[in-house]
Amino acid sequence: MSSVLTKTTAGAGSSSGVILNDFSLQVATANGSGSQTANSVLMRSIFQMGVPVSGKNLFPSNIQGLPTWFTIRASKDGYIGRKREIDVLVCMNPETAEEDVREARAGTHVVYEKKLGLENAGKKRDDVTYYAVPFSELVVKITGAPEHAKLRKLIVNMIYVGVVADLMGIDPAESEIAIAKQLKGKKKAIDLNVSAVKLGLDYAAANFPVKIPYRVERMDATKGKIIVEGNAASALGCVFAGATVCAWYPITPSSSLCESFIDFCDDLRVDPATGKRNVAVIQAEDEIASIGMVLGACWAGARAFTSTSGPGISLMSEYIGLGYYTEIPAVLFDVQRVGPSTGLPTRTMQGDVLLCYFNSHGDAKHPVLFPASPEECFSMAGEAFDLAERLQTPVFVLTDLDLGMNNWMSDAFPYPTAPLDRGKVLDAAAIEKVKDTWGRYKDVDGDAIPYRTLPGTNSPAGAFFTRGSGHNEKAQYSEKATDYVNNVDRLARKFDTARTLVPKPEIQDRPGAVAGVLAYGTSHYGTAEGRDKLAAEFGVPLDYCRLRALPVGPETAAWIRRHERIYVVEQNRDSQLVTILRDEFPEIAARFVPIRQYNGLPLDATTVVEGVLSDRETSRKKG
Amino acid sequence: MSAQPPAPAPAATPKLNRLGLPKADYEGGKSTLCLGCGHDVITKQVINAFYEMGVPPHQVAKFSGIGCSSKTPAYFLNRAWGFNGVHGRMPSAATGALVANPELHGIGVSGDGDTASIGIGQFVHLVRRNLPLVYIVEDNGVYGLTKGQFSATADVGATRKKGDVNEFVPIDLCSLAIELGGTFVARSFSGDMKQLQTILEAAIAHKGTSIIDVISPCVTFNDHEGSTKSYKYAKEHETPVHDLGFVPYFEDTLAEIPAGDTKDVPFPDGSVLRFRGVGRDYDPTDKEKALRTIHESHGKQEILTGILYVNPAKPPFSEVLGATGKSLVDLPLDVLRPSREALERVMESMR
Repeated sequence: MSSVLTKTTAGAGSSSGVILNDFSLQVATANGSGSQTANSVLMRSIFQMGVPVSGKNLFPSNIQGLPTWFTIRASKDGYIGRKREIDVLVCMNPETAEEDVREARAGTHVVYEKKLGLENAGKKRDDVTYYAVPFSELVVKITGAPEHAKLRKLIVNMIYVGVVADLMGIDPAESEIAIAKQLKGKKKAIDLNVSAVKLGLDYAAANFPVKIPYRVERMDATKGKIIVEGNAASALGCVFAGATVCAWYPITPSSSLCESFIDFCDDLRVDPATGKRNVAVIQAEDEIASIGMVLGACWAGARAFTSTSGPGISLMSEYIGLGYYTEIPAVLFDVQRVGPSTGLPTRTMQGDVLLCYFNSHGDAKHPVLFPASPEECFSMAGEAFDLAERLQTPVFVLTDLDLGMNNWMSDAFPYPTAPLDRGKVLDAAAIEKVKDTWGRYKDVDGDAIPYRTLPGTNSPAGAFFTRGSGHNEKAQYSEKATDYVNNVDRLARKFDTARTLVPKPEIQDRPGAVAGVLAYGTSHYGTAEGRDKLAAEFGVPLDYCRLRALPVGPETAAWIRRHERIYVVEQNRDSQLVTILRDEFPEIAARFVPIRQYNGLPLDATTVVEGVLSDRETSRKKG
Repeated sequence: MSAQPPAPAPAATPKLNRLGLPKADYEGGKSTLCLGCGHDVITKQVINAFYEMGVPPHQVAKFSGIGCSSKTPAYFLNRAWGFNGVHGRMPSAATGALVANPELHGIGVSGDGDTASIGIGQFVHLVRRNLPLVYIVEDNGVYGLTKGQFSATADVGATRKKGDVNEFVPIDLCSLAIELGGTFVARSFSGDMKQLQTILEAAIAHKGTSIIDVISPCVTFNDHEGSTKSYKYAKEHETPVHDLGFVPYFEDTLAEIPAGDTKDVPFPDGSVLRFRGVGRDYDPTDKEKALRTIHESHGKQEILTGILYVNPAKPPFSEVLGATGKSLVDLPLDVLRPSREALERVMESMR
């Protein structure tokens, strides 16, 4: 299948010509070795030189000692998805070095710890270029003192920053700035790290007269941009959306969302008069308690949220069903990881689409938002709270490990100016007007959304009883068949109202295209790049619909109906979104062609290109 | 001379509480439990306690899980908001609601199945947090709504109606709550209405979690010979550790409870709990002694009742959270959404 790609995958690396601002660099280390700081400095240095860049951390479910790979991609064209093909490899981990080189494609440039002996007889490949650096000897020069013994393991990583800077043309002055930012003004540590970079620079300058052809050259494409993890962006979105209660249980890869929320609230949610917090964050005993707390808080009228991953959603299901049936707002972030079961807890997947969309026993459907960037994590947090309160129902925000935990280059977040939509809430005066005609579950506006009241409202007619058991329009206990059917039919109509309220898709059409590609969340990056490649290199123009939410709204439906063939790109085995689309559009179910990647790695463009080309090949053969 | 017509009798004015509200404002819907169920007696005392304490009904939030006990919030305080959560997970819903709006008075009603089995985790962590909530366990040793299976509070050797015997050590929710740092731990019996009402009034005043385990016989599935949760057994084995008096801050009737051989425990709001010994050396502020006494009571087949442990000084959950203690529900937009400058500051830190 990959044969069709020969012309794009080979060649570039083996060319002797210089390739500017277009490469993928992978650093292999052991986790817990402090390489994260060095990798961030490297990434930031490129970013500060104005070159679009992304960093992806492929790490194990372990605190210290297992292999970790960090991939930095620079792209003058602004492609910041994962690239399957690695151009430069830095081998620091003795456990994986030999395999890393063995699996490298021809033309790769390999920087490695000299004592690993990767060029020894029997190991050396003659189709890659080696740069042996005696890192462990060099590091002793600046950490020779006994009190530095523990530091050596950490500082050694900063030496490869210097080596790579020299070999690839990264301005060392930018590395110094990045170090200062990373180490937040701790002078001694900054000096030591800067001297480590210098060691690497000097060694490479003296020993490698021929540099790596992949070069970094100053551009002006990152001005004003920020570097942020999706989880921090989601958390900040919650702060600016007015969330005042957060209940959570630690789970990779979502923990840093709530932890960031705590940090932001320390700064932004303290009452200046008393020094007390205008927020309550509770680390719950498990995910069942987290969602119970969120529903309790939203029922009382606050904006509350939780953040978890797939296993947490599984545990929350019973309460989510109650939230749906009793019509309580709630916002749930699911930072997806590879399942089922414990799965690969530190790898990425879009595996919870069906779990969230249909969550609960009985009949239930929920709005699901798909942010694709940190900027959307921020803005969709606000939209999720507005939707949850407008629709009086739990709303899911599905991100994933790739978006949540990796560093992303992003535009600065625009300040939200729209007022908060607090939905249909009756205060005491409003209740007095409607008195006994009010029914908690009565559709008075024709949009199937009823009016609610909040506990503590001072009106004798305002109270009602929230129950997960059968109830009528007045919220009274009822086992009557007609009451049940009327109620769940109204909930179905409410879901149709949701179709018109959820974020609209982003549509990009291309002249001459008859087929389209549809993606969501982080599948956007590989899809957008693959689509460009298909048009430019294979003459296959495709329209593009980036789905930003479920349920499917009228714009997406119209786009789907006008395409003969729709490639649906997603990061799961079972084509979960396709399952939903085929159910929504049964008359054209055969038009959806799944393109899937589910190996735990972020989707790459090559997968999309191969998927589309192989489908065209199959169709041609069928005639 | 015709007789003077008798003066019309003045219309009977209902008795009103300190808010000027009649007791009817504290009542709820009609109970659908079995006739004679202990839970209905507890419901009545809940109504009395909130009425006597003069809590505005609209400021009460009622929580429950699943089971016969958990139906009862529909039978009291109709003017309060109710939240009937999922089985065993009532504490989390109550926690969320009451941190969102700490100005609400929370009451949770659960059962021995809902608390001691499926809900033991949330019970444990609720107690640890000391969330202000009156938590009643209507304890009858069986699952009523699913027709009589043993619960985790059934005593070893107790028999079911069918005759099979419980072999598993019961969970003593009061001992557990004390161990976990509970600040108000009581046991009562639905047949002891006076004691129960006093405990409930004190619990309403307590700014922390009040655990009240009430032996409440199931007349349908666990009121037979061989049961240790039957009405007859409880009546015969109930052993109050003290007489209780509670004087809320708004009343000045402490003198009516005779002093001497008494211990007073003041609440931060000025209310006072007065304990009078009944021939026992019992100190409800001594954790170790309380635990030992409860433990010993098991061997003597006593059902020890009263406020077994109390510590009104421990800070409530909102204080531990560093929150304002005020409702987070009505905060204005300029508090909810930080300024444009604040966002720009955060953005700058990420550049």
